[in-house]
Amino acid sequence: MSLQSVADVRSALDEHNYLASDGLATAVFLAISLNRPLLLEGEAGVGKTELAKVLATIRNSELIRLQCYEGIDAAQAMYDWDYSRQLLHLRTVEATGEATSIGAEKLEGQLYSERFLIRRALLQAIDQHTGVSPVLLIDEIDRADDEFEAYLLEVLSDFQITIPELGTYKATTPPLVVLTSNRTRDVHDALKRRCLYHWVEHPDFDREVEIVKRRVPQVAETLARQVAAAVEALRKMQLYKPPGVAETIDWATALGRLGVGELDESVVQATLGTVLKYREDHERVRESGVATLVKQAFERGLYSN
Amino acid sequence: MNTSSPAHKMAVAFARILRGAGIDVPLDSVIVFVSALSKVGLENRDDVYWAAYATLIRRHEDSQIFDRAFAIFWDQLIAVDTATYEQQTESVTLLIDSEDTNNDESNAAPVNEDENTIALRFSSIETLREKDFAAYSETELREAEQFMSSLKLAGPPKRSLRLQKANRKGSRHDIRRTMRAVLQNDGEPIERYWREPSTKLRRLVVLLDISGSMEPYARALLRFMHAAVVGRQRVEAFTLGTRLTRITRELTNRDPDRALARTSAQVSDWSGGTRLGECLQNFNDNWGVGSLARGSIFVILSDGWDRGEPQVLAEQMLRLQRVAFRVIWVNPLKVSPGYAPLARGMAAAMPYIDDFVEGHSLEALRELTAVIARESHESSKTRKVVSNA
Repeated sequence: MSLQSVADVRSALDEHNYLASDGLATAVFLAISLNRPLLLEGEAGVGKTELAKVLATIRNSELIRLQCYEGIDAAQAMYDWDYSRQLLHLRTVEATGEATSIGAEKLEGQLYSERFLIRRALLQAIDQHTGVSPVLLIDEIDRADDEFEAYLLEVLSDFQITIPELGTYKATTPPLVVLTSNRTRDVHDALKRRCLYHWVEHPDFDREVEIVKRRVPQVAETLARQVAAAVEALRKMQLYKPPGVAETIDWATALGRLGVGELDESVVQATLGTVLKYREDHERVRESGVATLVKQAFERGLYSN
Repeated sequence: MNTSSPAHKMAVAFARILRGAGIDVPLDSVIVFVSALSKVGLENRDDVYWAAYATLIRRHEDSQIFDRAFAIFWDQLIAVDTATYEQQTESVTLLIDSEDTNNDESNAAPVNEDENTIALRFSSIETLREKDFAAYSETELREAEQFMSSLKLAGPPKRSLRLQKANRKGSRHDIRRTMRAVLQNDGEPIERYWREPSTKLRRLVVLLDISGSMEPYARALLRFMHAAVVGRQRVEAFTLGTRLTRITRELTNRDPDRALARTSAQVSDWSGGTRLGECLQNFNDNWGVGSLARGSIFVILSDGWDRGEPQVLAEQMLRLQRVAFRVIWVNPLKVSPGYAPLARGMAAAMPYIDDFVEGHSLEALRELTAVIARESHESSKTRKVVSNA
């Protein structure tokens, strides 16, 4: 699919049921056309990771995901050697008496060849020569340590990885890189400067209704509007963890499965656990009154265009 | 593309406006912005806006300033010819700055009734080490800075998931090194190598109360925070008064005077009122509970005078205590004879504090570093996470 303009990107995302804001569509378009990594920040559950998945589907390319965590290092993100197989190979060569005939240097060459190389996510993303370049999702970069970001610098600016024993691998066409961060710490400036930046917001009411309708087709328009309205009200309640779009979809799915046609007090109380994950948040909602919430959702749900 | 193309002019001029408004815009971002403009064109306001946002902004906190700067920039662009707005950059910058200060509701906030008594309560003591910060002169503050930098703020190390070389037999096999040795020994696995988890510093989060009642202490404690941020790797600094301001970035400048000047510019609620609870809630919602405070040593420098609802403060302290490794409250008033934590805010926060220490003098700060460095919270008192009442 050709993505020649911001509008192309938006309609392509739209076709795959990802409703992007103007800002996000522009950022994606620029990331593709300028070959720059895209850094997405925003609250949990606004669809940062989902975007990468959808982009891979749109481009009809592979999605390579690198989930970051504390302590992740080059051996887990770029490449490693398959040591046990190397040892085994060594033993076999010795046992068959081949070792003396081929000589130490050649033997070492055998051991450190691509045959024993384990390709991790970053190397996989770069060392691709067939088809469309993949989408590389570096998820929750803020969970990795600062040191790890330094590894990423070479990869993300030159799209190459150097393996001392084998030489430099360089991407023929750079992958489309999406980084996400939940801001548990500031990502280093050096890395940010190589990226385009976008802050993903919660969708507005109408877009959220549309998202629910697309993602949970078994739910009727009225219920979709009510759910979106209730979530919108919940987000204004100063909760510990305001619900994201992911929670809205979960909730709507749950209601759809229960065969609910419209929100009412008892249904909300029974299913609130799909939206709110803190006891204090449940209490706050109960204090302010589930009935009020339902009433608000009802009025907002009725009001159509 | 020719150097004086409209896209270049636009990019450079807008970058200057952003810099004037205090956003750090490196040259390479401007270059990317120019190429982005060549992709989206200059006609549509939204396209230019989002292209500029994606290429020039790197922090969500800058969004608001960016938004205002862009509005001003774009409107001018429509009104005047491209060639002339370079000269107007200066006045635009001023506009943004002044708008910022005028909007601030806290400037006129009343001075806390407690202020005079503090100054009296702590008359000066002979040596600088024991001298109360409230009685410091400007020169003494500078001298104190030196002492503060010498304080090593190393909290107890935390076990990291990152592995490092072990010198003795450990629990995890270092197959990479073993394999190298095997090759050197003609294929004989003679020696095995091991790895063990490394340690790293716990994050230290410092919140400084800059309300009116803390004024005599704030300037000295801010220098202390500067020394902490510059001297240690994992420190996050915030000020709280009527609002919460993150000042870690401003304090990273090694020159204390420049760092403090930048901080002052960033913080807009000096010597105003105090809303500890709301500020803490803001911290918990946006920074703390999800992340920053998790497993970290949390230090609040405040006298505990709060104009907000004590319940709010108590609730937020509870949230904080649940995720933080240790919560330390530093109260400069604690030293005064017969002090009891009766201020409403202080009383509300007390149950959730692991260590309650003084912070009125250099000596007190030295003790604070000792408290921070202590191995675990159990040694100070048995920590009980207060369950929800």
